[in-house]
Amino acid sequence: MNTASGKYAAALFLFPALAMLAVFFFIPVIASFILSFTDFDIYSLGNIHFARFIGFENYAKLFNDPLFWKALGNTFYFVVVGGPLSLVVSLLAALAINSRLVRFKGFFRLVYFAPVVTTLVAVSVVWRFIYHPRFGILNYALGAFGISPVDWLGNPHWAMPAVILLAVWKNFGYNMIIFIAGLQNIPDYLYEAARIDGASPFDQFRKITLPMLAPTTLFVGIITMIGYFQLFAEPYVMTQGGPLDSTLSIVLLMYQQGFRWWNMGYAAAIAFVLFAIIFLATVLQYAVQRKHSDQ
Amino acid sequence: MRLTLKILLYAVLIIVAIATITPMLWMISASCMPSGQASNYPPQFLPSPFTLEHYARLFSRLNVMKYFFNSLVLSVSVTVLSLLINSMAGYAFAKYRFRGRDKLFGFLITSMVVPAQVTMLPLFLMLNRMGLVNTYWGVIIPGMAGIFGIFMIRQYALSIPDSLLEAARIDGAGDFRIYWSLVVPLCKPILVTLAIFTFMGTWNDFLWPLIVMTDDSMYTLPVALANLMGEHAQDTELMMAGSVITILPVMIVFAAMQKYYIKGIMMGSVKG
Repeated sequence: MNTASGKYAAALFLFPALAMLAVFFFIPVIASFILSFTDFDIYSLGNIHFARFIGFENYAKLFNDPLFWKALGNTFYFVVVGGPLSLVVSLLAALAINSRLVRFKGFFRLVYFAPVVTTLVAVSVVWRFIYHPRFGILNYALGAFGISPVDWLGNPHWAMPAVILLAVWKNFGYNMIIFIAGLQNIPDYLYEAARIDGASPFDQFRKITLPMLAPTTLFVGIITMIGYFQLFAEPYVMTQGGPLDSTLSIVLLMYQQGFRWWNMGYAAAIAFVLFAIIFLATVLQYAVQRKHSDQ
Repeated sequence: MRLTLKILLYAVLIIVAIATITPMLWMISASCMPSGQASNYPPQFLPSPFTLEHYARLFSRLNVMKYFFNSLVLSVSVTVLSLLINSMAGYAFAKYRFRGRDKLFGFLITSMVVPAQVTMLPLFLMLNRMGLVNTYWGVIIPGMAGIFGIFMIRQYALSIPDSLLEAARIDGAGDFRIYWSLVVPLCKPILVTLAIFTFMGTWNDFLWPLIVMTDDSMYTLPVALANLMGEHAQDTELMMAGSVITILPVMIVFAAMQKYYIKGIMMGSVKG
């Protein structure tokens, strides 16, 4: 609609959303950037004039802070191991459910999807007890296979794998739904033609399913990665970042610095490093995917 | 060969199904056990005797009704307000022509890569200055407009034929009338989907309510549950009952609206 009153109406329809986004999203992003160049702390909270510009000092301090490198390393561990694991599990689940041999598809889909809709904090509480070294049902189940008890959340080597297991359990159903939609979009005649040419099921998977799924995989990969970089509730509830900071994540560090110690300038620098990493990783994933599809 | 494959597939599917559902079944079962029974070895999988004492204690002594109410008020308010605001904007982006429209829309889409955590520090300071920390508005205001919601509604509204809107205009309907009595009903499927997403997202949200609700009486269920974990970490059965209360409402919403929810995920993935 292109009338004069139409332009007026469009402005009115847009105004509430754009005003809210400007004031409560875009301005805070800019303010956060500025904040990261100040020494805003608990004293500035009372009187903003106590905050001073200190240039790149927060960033310099950050890169010399062993705790930051620990949190960064932990977060990458979580993303690099947990992300692909979640993708593989959800793809396998989608392939199995989508298989012509399987009935009760709706039932399996519902069961696999159920953890997705649960509250992360609540299931973290539940898994904390499941991981209990003495009474937890996980060690009990592993015991049936002759595996001796593991102190999942008390051992620095096992705490992050435990967090990853919970995260994959919680979110593979989501990616599975998207993969099922992607699989159903692949036309049947491609498989029929391949069968006539004598291609084995594995060849069909490699030469038809995977390439046809590439856009879906890219989308799923990016949203999973972005979500996994923001790891927070699981360590907050289950380990508080321990033991020995082995599950301290970037967002948990930002929360502790910003809202527990009120070092808000420093915390803002942490938030911007997280932003930069997510941005670069997204661009990188696009670039890799494009290179592959060009070949 | 085919039969072997079939048996193998079912075996894997059933094992994964058991692994997926066991934590939740155990949570429900343990929440009904007498104190201490969930810490037996070997673990017991059914309560004996069955008791609801932990639920009674949560509601009578630990203020859970208040947290439940807070979560409900916030989730419903954010859902209603954001649907209204986002649907107006999504409709305007889809059906009105104005200068800079596509650039503005592209800019909004691009800015979705900024993680919410970046905004949280200044947002807290702003809301603190406005006296909105520890009020419902502290959670509602930042959730009122969302780029993802605008995007989803715009994509859907694009499919409304222009001729329909023109006809209504010729019949003398004003811009707001067209939006309210024509566009909103036509967009009902996407609005229902977004409503479920928003309700569940707000209910399950943790980091922001944890930051902005510092007073015990304003906690949402997830924040209260995390806090309870600090004091009652040994009280397994009580914690399980708290988890059930937190999860149950979203489970009910999901069970009732499953079709819309799943469709929404697929829609969101078509054009990433």
